[in-house]
Amino acid sequence: MRIAGKGLIDRAKTVGFRFDGKDYTGFEGDTLASALLASDVKVFGRSFKYHRPRGVMTAGSEEPNALVTVGKGAAQVPNVRATVQEIHDGLEARGQNAWPSVNMDVMAVNDLFAPFFSAGFYYKTFMWPRAFWEKLYEPAIRRAAGLGALSGKHNDESYEKAWAHCDLLIIGSGPAGLMAALTAARAGAEVILAEEDHRMGGRCLSETFEIAGKPAADWAAGIVAELDAMPNVRLMTRTTVTGAYDDGTYGALERVGLHVANPPKDLPRECFWRIVAKRAVLASGAHERQIAFSNNDRPGIMTAGAVRAYLNRWGVAPGHAVTIFANNDDAHRTARDLSAAGVRIAALIDVREDVEVAGDFPVYAGYRIIDTVGRKGLRDVVIADKSGQISRIVSDCLAVSGGWNPALHLTCHMNGRPVWREDIAAFVPKPGMVPGLEAAGSANGAFSTRACLAQGVAAAEAALEALGRKPKKVDMPEAEDGAVRMRAYWEVPEPKHRAWLDFANDVTTKDVRLAAQENFRSVEHMKRYTTQGMAPDQGKNSNVAALAILADATGRGIPETGTTTFRPPYTPVSIAAMGAGGQGAGFAPQRFTTSDKAARERGAPMIEAGLWYRPSYFPRPGEKTWRDSCDREVMMVRDRVGICDVSTLGKIDLQGKDTARFLDLVYTNTFSTLKPGRVRYGLMLREDGLIMDDGTTACLAEGHYLMTTTTAAAGQVMRHLEFVQQAHCPGWDVRMISVTEQWAQFAVAGPLARELLNSVLETPIDVTTPPFLGVTDVRLMDVNARLFRISFSGELGYEIAVPARYGEALYRDLVARAESLGGGAYGMEALNVLRIEKGFITHAEIHGRVTAFDIGMEGMISGKKDCIGKGASQRPGLVGPEREQLVGLRPIPMSRQIGAGAHLFNEGADPVRVNDQGYVTSVGYSPVLKTYLGLAFLKNGRARHGERIRLVDHLRGTDVICEVMNPVFFDPEGGRARA
Amino acid sequence: MRYSGFRVISEGFFGNKGWTPAWRDPDPKPEYEVVIIGGGGHGLSTAYYLAKNHGITNIAVLEKGYLGGGNVGRNTTIVRANYFLPGNQEFYSHSLKLWEGLEADLNYNVMHSQRGLINLFHSDGQRDAFARRGNAMINQGDDAELLDREGVRRHLPYLDFEQTRFPIYGGLLHRRGGSARHDAVAWGYARGADQRGVDLIQNCEVTGIDIVDGRVTGVQTTRGAIKAKKVGIIVAGRSGQVAAMAGMRLPVESHILQAFVTEGLKPVIDHVVSFGMGHFYISQSDKGGLVFGGDLDFYSSYAARGNLPMVEHVMEAGMTLMPMIGKAKVLRSWGGIMDMTPDGSPIIDKTDVGGLYIDCGWNYGGFKAVPASGWCMAHLMATGDSHEYARRFRLNRFVTGHLLDEEGTGSQHNLH
Amino acid sequence: MRINCPLCGTRDRREFTYYGDAVYANRPAEGAPIEAWDDYLHLRDNPAGETRDLWYHELGCSAWIEVTRNTVTHEISATRLLTDRKKPAKRGKKT
Repeated sequence: MRIAGKGLIDRAKTVGFRFDGKDYTGFEGDTLASALLASDVKVFGRSFKYHRPRGVMTAGSEEPNALVTVGKGAAQVPNVRATVQEIHDGLEARGQNAWPSVNMDVMAVNDLFAPFFSAGFYYKTFMWPRAFWEKLYEPAIRRAAGLGALSGKHNDESYEKAWAHCDLLIIGSGPAGLMAALTAARAGAEVILAEEDHRMGGRCLSETFEIAGKPAADWAAGIVAELDAMPNVRLMTRTTVTGAYDDGTYGALERVGLHVANPPKDLPRECFWRIVAKRAVLASGAHERQIAFSNNDRPGIMTAGAVRAYLNRWGVAPGHAVTIFANNDDAHRTARDLSAAGVRIAALIDVREDVEVAGDFPVYAGYRIIDTVGRKGLRDVVIADKSGQISRIVSDCLAVSGGWNPALHLTCHMNGRPVWREDIAAFVPKPGMVPGLEAAGSANGAFSTRACLAQGVAAAEAALEALGRKPKKVDMPEAEDGAVRMRAYWEVPEPKHRAWLDFANDVTTKDVRLAAQENFRSVEHMKRYTTQGMAPDQGKNSNVAALAILADATGRGIPETGTTTFRPPYTPVSIAAMGAGGQGAGFAPQRFTTSDKAARERGAPMIEAGLWYRPSYFPRPGEKTWRDSCDREVMMVRDRVGICDVSTLGKIDLQGKDTARFLDLVYTNTFSTLKPGRVRYGLMLREDGLIMDDGTTACLAEGHYLMTTTTAAAGQVMRHLEFVQQAHCPGWDVRMISVTEQWAQFAVAGPLARELLNSVLETPIDVTTPPFLGVTDVRLMDVNARLFRISFSGELGYEIAVPARYGEALYRDLVARAESLGGGAYGMEALNVLRIEKGFITHAEIHGRVTAFDIGMEGMISGKKDCIGKGASQRPGLVGPEREQLVGLRPIPMSRQIGAGAHLFNEGADPVRVNDQGYVTSVGYSPVLKTYLGLAFLKNGRARHGERIRLVDHLRGTDVICEVMNPVFFDPEGGRARA
Repeated sequence: MRYSGFRVISEGFFGNKGWTPAWRDPDPKPEYEVVIIGGGGHGLSTAYYLAKNHGITNIAVLEKGYLGGGNVGRNTTIVRANYFLPGNQEFYSHSLKLWEGLEADLNYNVMHSQRGLINLFHSDGQRDAFARRGNAMINQGDDAELLDREGVRRHLPYLDFEQTRFPIYGGLLHRRGGSARHDAVAWGYARGADQRGVDLIQNCEVTGIDIVDGRVTGVQTTRGAIKAKKVGIIVAGRSGQVAAMAGMRLPVESHILQAFVTEGLKPVIDHVVSFGMGHFYISQSDKGGLVFGGDLDFYSSYAARGNLPMVEHVMEAGMTLMPMIGKAKVLRSWGGIMDMTPDGSPIIDKTDVGGLYIDCGWNYGGFKAVPASGWCMAHLMATGDSHEYARRFRLNRFVTGHLLDEEGTGSQHNLH
Repeated sequence: MRINCPLCGTRDRREFTYYGDAVYANRPAEGAPIEAWDDYLHLRDNPAGETRDLWYHELGCSAWIEVTRNTVTHEISATRLLTDRKKPAKRGKKT
């Protein structure tokens, strides 16, 4: 119910929203939890395993129960914490893990079978009959698993990522965080203050104590206002710092648009921040603990601090007759605050017999709760004193406090472990576990307001000193400085009914004891066996208690039993936020050639070649399939002339007196004998002796070379060359730079290639100028260009290179000329067939496991010089008749179709692994030879030309006999290229 | 104690007080016939098969932390037999067969789910490479199917077929591939070994290996000295550190691999999906969380935690492939120490020290190998000879050049 | 994670490509026995602690850098250009 005169919400602004099909109203500043509690909604969801009705337990992101689904259709978000989601007009939310509704859930039948669903039960059964696991048991388990559901639809909402840099990052804006921010900001440091909540102030917003003589919330607002006005301060609300990483890098999630009604399309839902901070202060506060007792999970059972928060910050009393159950003095404030606001306190139960409580309400010192009643909402609390005398208290809200756990998670993200402090029965951070990060306030185990304020200042001052800045004096405001008075109390002994530890995963004290009984004694084993701590709250509400129970069950102390590891993210982060920018084409760069537009205009389908797009073929009217076009383009190049954009191949410009010597080192064959104006094919090995890449290198002038690489290996070769030069030849006069994108390069191939070029070049060329494997400078249409005479098609071929800005124009011009000569543009399919006909290899053949020996080029490894890879290439496993060697294959009869990926077997042998003789790497249909042709690797292949081999492709149902032959199927003398 | 549904029900009636420890907690004896260093998946399965297949039970498994606390406890749980190089094919094929009988063998539900694994491809060239692999799988006697784009769409309708950066050409479907519950595998083998008399010694770190006249005589540990005639080093990412105790250097470099799980969700992904162009693979566990991962962080590390660049790359890959997972929230990330080898394939071999054996170099594919690795390592330790299915996993294959390089990236440890 | 490129200053890890152990910078001489190549290419000390490895400033100045780094804490204590190997490494971290 709503309490008049309380709360920091804006009662002038009503908000309408919907939950589980029903309409409600709240106020601006309400969360879904506070607004629904104000409307006396009790049941928010159903627990994971047993489908027990559950209500709100906390007032923060650690909420284990009230997980709801928000939104519809593709915008649907599961597992939203009702305690974090701010309401806005039009918000639609519904409960999860229940059918037909959270109020009436048929799966609650699971609760009746609880004794059989104890921890780890599924490891001991569901094994028989075997087929039932996949057909019956597992599908049932999977349907029962999980809480919320994804819509399964693509979502186009906007998400962003950003960077921020600062001197000091302060995580949390409670008393410690605000004082730290103030101290650092006044000293002139660049400060980022990140606050998970939508409003700054931390616990100041939820407590009635005073700071500097005014209500804490007012004091906080004043500090925030001062910080807001400072140019060196960035205030980030709705921003959770989720992870600590190396070198002062922090991941953080900002909820940018989740609270906005009808957000504009370009407003990101969330932004994932990378914050780089020279220093950081963790002022993240603490989480309150529950106490385990029979049926301690009913809707209406909350933490004492949360009840205060709902009252003081949101003006909501979560019940009409509130009971408090505690082991510490801090919780008594809940009774006092509620009482002062006119809410009836049914009882204050404190397990400590000797406690003294001031207040006008019934106090039961030394009592404990032994049961609760009210499945869909708390009705009664059953208590007992130490003699066992039982009383029943009518109550619809139970505020429990077992103490507080510092929220120290970030300090342990880099392999750190916390230390146990007996006096507060809690773990606290160990200093220095994250370099540059220091904890302050409750996060550091300091629980009085005064101590938090002081620690905030101290932490900032330490950071300032490390940053080389002088702190300015900051006045310490007056605040309470009470000592912690508590007695560690984890569970009411011998509960008659299940006592819950992990609410989200339905793990009870019995489960933890069972784990110990079965010798899952280490805390990690207990966690994995029971699944305690593995739910959406990642154990924030149960870790320490479970640890205490395990320690008790195994006869050890808590520190000895230890903790599990803490890992990012501190609270769950959506994949869309951390992956912002990756959706669709954003995942990787797209590289386009200068002829791309012209190719698409001609209707060429584009295919991926690494990050590049290249045309597959150029369909002409009347051509029905890609084969029609491909066959025609191949014949066009063989008979007339074709134009192909080859700009994507890597181009590396090398210069310096020692370049020739350097090329001799990186290539297997000799380049220092290459004269200016000449081009040579080169083979490049990795240092392990296998082929890295092949290509041609041209000598443009003395000490000036241009190397080409394959498209795929361009980056790798560049990296390799730089390494060889800097590591192995540091004093040599050789420098290199990639010029792949600086030059547009086009192949002009076919018997009419020279005729075509002579129609456009200023100075005509002939058979010797340039010679086959030559390069010369040329000029066309007032532009200087380079002309290489190299051929990948096996025809008379040239490649003309112009500065990239002329690429598109030149391509269009060349294609028009080719068409007027009866040729035209050709694409990747035809390129592939042409090179297969000639037995030229690509990375389909040199796939990283292939040696020079395998492709018959061991003779290219010069005996006269060292080269990269030479030493290792001589290992016995890399040479010899056992190796699979490059061969050509032609099906028998020639009409049969073959495909790449098939394996080879001796004729008559079973197509099984032990008989495997090799595999097919490339296949194309040759319109010239009117047959399919394949390139393959066959054991001892070079000695087997003329043999019949069985080609089997199980996947496509092919079983064909082929002839093994020399892979140069067409024009083996190579005369056509030399014409 | 035998596990069964009947037992679960009967124990349930009696407050579950009858369940006995899954394994004993013995103190180490001063001497054993065999000592296995490392209580992870491979160490435990080795102990199990030494006992089961070879009748050797006087064994201690020494684990420096808690059983199964290493990589077996923090992987993405994928089980498959889709390798294509002879030497690997038969090994993983054998492993998959062992997986298929594992629950019955161990009397422990490892929740092995053969829901099907699909490797996507995005170009004709990649398709051809997967065809080679698929045919190799069928040659081996395992299963593979080549799917075209529509075939993939029928299985995985939630992929982004329209706008993804690398259009989906098709996929290789391996129906018998799938996943299993990682902890259950470790615990199942642990319990099985323990039941056969193997001593599982936890919180026992090996600090030295004793060698006399070129033969191993025992180990030094934080819980005392233990003599043994045979010692097996099975410690994955820490192989270099333990091998150094025997004066050995290994062809292993330790690297960090991160992996992720989301909050539990109702079933939405029924297969294991592998997206090579994005270095991304994903499946959904029986608890409902999406379990996924990508590549190494690429720098050598023993920190068992990684940094944001690879985290973001993995998330971005997920978004380009299946944007519907965008609304799922990552609940936890973790990292392990991967023992990377120069060809990406493992080592199960004797060493130059008599009686000292090593099983390592699993890169980040060790989980599926747990059964066969144990089977073959047990065979090696019991008989002194490599098992037929692991005969190529030799330490010396790098110097002889008999490499098993599935990725084709060459002898650079972090490229596998 | 950030690396101090001797030419460019402190840059984010995303600009660099990792190769491996610094031994890669000392390739065996011509004619060295195969064991030397095995050692160079495959065998590694692989320490849990301080190591030196090689990074390439691929998205920056193309310099190859030898980084002294702790493989357990990831702390980088020194960097130097591969081409400066005759000079001592620059110690000390930036804040």
